[in-house]
Order: sequence, then C-alpha cells, then structure tokens
Amino acid sequence: MSVQSAADATASLRSGGAALSAATRARLFGWMMIALALVVVVGPFLWILMNSFKDQISILSGAWVFKPTLDNYADVLLSRRSDFVHALYTSLIVAAVSTVIVLIIATLAAYSLYRFRWARWVVAGFLGWTIAFHVIPVITLVGPWYLTFRELGLYDTRTALVLTHVAINLPIAVWLMMSFFKALPPEIEEAALVDGCHPLSAFWRVTLPLVIPGLIATGVLSFIFSWNDFTIALNLTSQANATVPVVVSKFANDYEVLHSQMAAASILATLPALLLMFLGQRFIVQGLTMGSVK
Amino acid sequence: MNPQPGHRDVVGWLNATFRHWSLLPAVVLFALLTVFPVINLFRMSVSTIVFKGNADFWSFTPRRNWDALLSDPSLGAAVVNTLIFVVVAVTVEMILGLGLALLVGSMTRGKGLMRTIMIVPILVPPVAIGSMFKLMYNYDFGLFNQLLALVGIGPVSWLGSTSMALWSVIIVDIWHWVPFVFLILFAAVEGLPREVLEAGRVDGANRWQLLRRVTLPLLMPAITVALLFRAILAFKAFDEVYLLTGGGPGTASEIVSLHLYRIFFEQNQLGYGALLSVLTILAVLTLLGIGRRLTSGLRTN
Repeated sequence: MSVQSAADATASLRSGGAALSAATRARLFGWMMIALALVVVVGPFLWILMNSFKDQISILSGAWVFKPTLDNYADVLLSRRSDFVHALYTSLIVAAVSTVIVLIIATLAAYSLYRFRWARWVVAGFLGWTIAFHVIPVITLVGPWYLTFRELGLYDTRTALVLTHVAINLPIAVWLMMSFFKALPPEIEEAALVDGCHPLSAFWRVTLPLVIPGLIATGVLSFIFSWNDFTIALNLTSQANATVPVVVSKFANDYEVLHSQMAAASILATLPALLLMFLGQRFIVQGLTMGSVK
Repeated sequence: MNPQPGHRDVVGWLNATFRHWSLLPAVVLFALLTVFPVINLFRMSVSTIVFKGNADFWSFTPRRNWDALLSDPSLGAAVVNTLIFVVVAVTVEMILGLGLALLVGSMTRGKGLMRTIMIVPILVPPVAIGSMFKLMYNYDFGLFNQLLALVGIGPVSWLGSTSMALWSVIIVDIWHWVPFVFLILFAAVEGLPREVLEAGRVDGANRWQLLRRVTLPLLMPAITVALLFRAILAFKAFDEVYLLTGGGPGTASEIVSLHLYRIFFEQNQLGYGALLSVLTILAVLTLLGIGRRLTSGLRTN
C-alpha cells in the first residue's frame, strides 16, 4: 500500500468514524453476514476434525487444549474389530461401477432424446417418469427391492447396490447430459453428417468429445451420490457388504457410542467427496444448478 | 477400420438402429428397477407376506393392511412431524438462501470462494453430517452446550427431550440445504439483466423499492423452482434423523420415511409398509402435480 492511499484510508476512516455512509454500512453488514455464514458452514467440520484427534477423555471433558493423537484413525482403519477398510473397498467398487454404467446409459439416452425425433409422448413419458422417480422417497422402494433381490439371491451383494445406485442416479444424469447436449450448436454435427459421417461416428467422434465437461460433472456427482447413499445400503446389505455410511452409522448407534472413532470415521467418509469436489469443482457447480433448474 | 464384412454388417446395423438402441438400456433399467417395484408395491399393499426360511409366502388380505394403518398408534405423530419438518425447514431455507444469494450477488469479490464452500454440505455424506451434529448436540460436551454455557444458559437436552428433538433435527436439515437454495438462487441473481436494475436506479428507486419491484419479480421463477424442489425433496429426509434421534424420544421426531423403515425392516410388516408407501408416493406426486401447475401458471403470466 502506498503512503498516499494509506493516508486516504485513514482520512476516510476518520471522517466516517462518527457516521459511516449508508453504503459503507450496508457493505460492512453484508461482509459480516457472509463471514457468519462461512463460520456456520465450515465450523462444524473444523470442530469435528479437532475432535477426531482427541482421546476419549479429552472428548468427554470437552477440552479445547489437548495432546493430539492419531489413535482414533488407527483404530478405525487398522483395528480388527473395525469393518472400515472392507467398507471402503465395497463403497469404492460400488460407486465406481455404478458410475460407469450410469454414464453410459444416461449419455446414450440423453443423446437419443436430444438428437432423434421421438414422438412427444415418448419424451414426456420418459422425462416425467424420471422426475416422479426422483421425488419419491427412496425408502418406499427399498421394501420391494428387498423382496425381489431376496428371491433372486441378490440380497447382501454388491450387484444389488450397483443396480439400485444406477437407478437412483440415472434421472439426474440424464437431465444433466441433456442440458449439456442442448448447449451445443447443432451445426457442428450436421456438418459432420453432410461430410458423410455415419450417425454413430458423428456421435462418437464429434459430439461426445464436446461434452466431456458434462461427463465429468455427471460422473463426479453420481460417484458422490452413490458413495453417500445410506438408505439403500442399510437395508439391502448386512455386514458382509456394508458400505462406508453404514459402518459410520454403527459407530454412532452402537450399544456404547464411540465418540472419537465416530469423529475420525466421519472425516474419513467425507474425504473422497471433498477430493473429487475440488478436482471437478468448475463442472459440478454448473451441474448442480443446471440439474436442479431443468 | 476392420475390413471383415461381418464387422461392417454389425456397424451398419448399429448405425441404422442407433436411434432405437440408444434409448433402450435406460428404458429397460427403469422398467426393471423402478416401474416393476412400484407395481410390486401395489401387489404387496393388499397382501400379507411371511418369510419361512428363504422363501416368502403371500396371502391376499387387503383389509388387514388398512386395519394396521388405522390402528397404528404412531402414524399420526409421524405425519404431523413430517408436515412441521417440511414447512418449517423449507421456509427457513428459502429465506436464508435468498438473503444470502442477494447478499453475495451484491459483492464485488469472494463470490467464487462462497460458491465453493456452499457446495460442501450438499456433497458430504448425510451420515457424516448426522454424526457431526450428534457430537455437537451432545449434552455433556457438545459444542452447542459449551457455547450456551459461555452466555450462562444451562445445558439443553437437544436430542433427548421431547420438546427439542424435532427442532434439533430441523436445524440440521436447514444447515444441510440452505446452500442448495443459495446455489440455485445465486445463479439466478447472477443472471439478472443489469440494464433493468440500472434503469430502475436511474429512475430514482431506492434499494428497497428496487428489491421489491424489480429484483424479486425477476427472481420469481427461480424462487418457485427452488421452493418446489425443496418442498418435495424434504420428504426424502431419512439419514440424519435415523442417526440423530431414530425418531425418538418416543415419537417426538418420528417422520414418515423413518416410520416406513421401522414398519418394513424392524416390524417386518411388508404389506402394511407397502400400503403406507403407496400413500406416501401418491401424496408426493400430488404435491409435484400441484407445484408444476403453479409454476406453469407463473410462466404464462
């Protein structure tokens, strides 16, 4: 800061000390509100992060000063009585496989609805059903899923989780991909077709590379939503195929609540989502707002 | 390209039928995993299902499930709690989300940071949110009671008292979903036509008039969409309530989704659970229909 501007700043401070101008006061109020919002959103994460490094005694005494320990993380990840690592493996496989399937099916469907002249009732019927399915509480369908998967011998398998996660993520994925297709200028593909490109290669070589941001946004969101699912995983699996959220909930609802392990497990369960989010942030904001408005 | 004729036939066929097979996987998947279960729900809702070993036995008992519904002692509490939950949580979320969106929209810097941070609660596992708040609500050492102690207010039993449990759960839902409302409305605020606002300012409108007469009417479509989305999706709340209170104490924070879980998986009443599921689905879809009617009416005006 130059001497001149510093002098200006003190001068304006002095003149405004008694009566800040209305605009300055409004801006100050705005900044305070925003700072408050940030504290409210970020605060809980920081507090839980702090608690994940406390031993049980420091947690129970509500200490703010304590000797940090990694024991909770070691206990969650390494101890024999913890299923966390196995759950990590299950969650990772289910989320990855279901995301790949969702991407393929949703991209094809979205492209089909956008590109080919389907009758109005087909488009309206399909999209209407995706909306209806998206809004009904998942728990209402877990009952019939449970029955059917039991009969098919798929209860407590990763296959059951993959299938159901594909289903719950398909609506958002189709809407997202459609909105990305719609944002493309149609001339590009028309030019390719005029040049003698077959429909399939026009899709594969021309259109698909242009919606890679859309594929990233859709993929990241569907991975995260699969990773986060609790309602389905709780009821369609038992111990053998429990996912991370199910194991975290066990820490919270066990006979004796293991507070410190619960804190560490929550932090660990949150990391993949945070990591993916910062990697694909630009695309996700677009995706979240588009998906909700469309 | 592979020169074999068989390969070319396949590619030619795929090209010719691209239009049809591209939509097919999605339709088949939806039919098997969503349409079929819904049909199954209707069948289940008029049946009694008993498990013997690995097999399940169905019998046709339509009256029985209705009787179970009418004599369910905690269903009334669950419905009332759900309505309170949805109305209060969504109202507060809309007000805070809109206020924050307008506030951040008027800022010259820090918009990107704000948006980044506000995505976090939406993407964190709800179970982790539940555990976080479970610790913060703890009677003996939770953050909330520690903060209250600083201003001399005695410890509050956030999750253990019948008068507080539902409110504690609502607070978590608000924390979770204000950012979602914010993101939608903030995108709309950023998309406001500057010329119109500028014209209003030149015409001598003050901030309040500008907000009431220009900004809010322009934001109305986005506000309606956000409201509709939240009002409907609020019925899906399950994870956090399961973790925080499990519907208790008693039925103080029992909501319909949690009640359904209990009927299906704790009491093993699949028939009655299916009946209640059908009714829940009908209620939500009716709400969706009304909402869409309202929004389309808004658009034509």
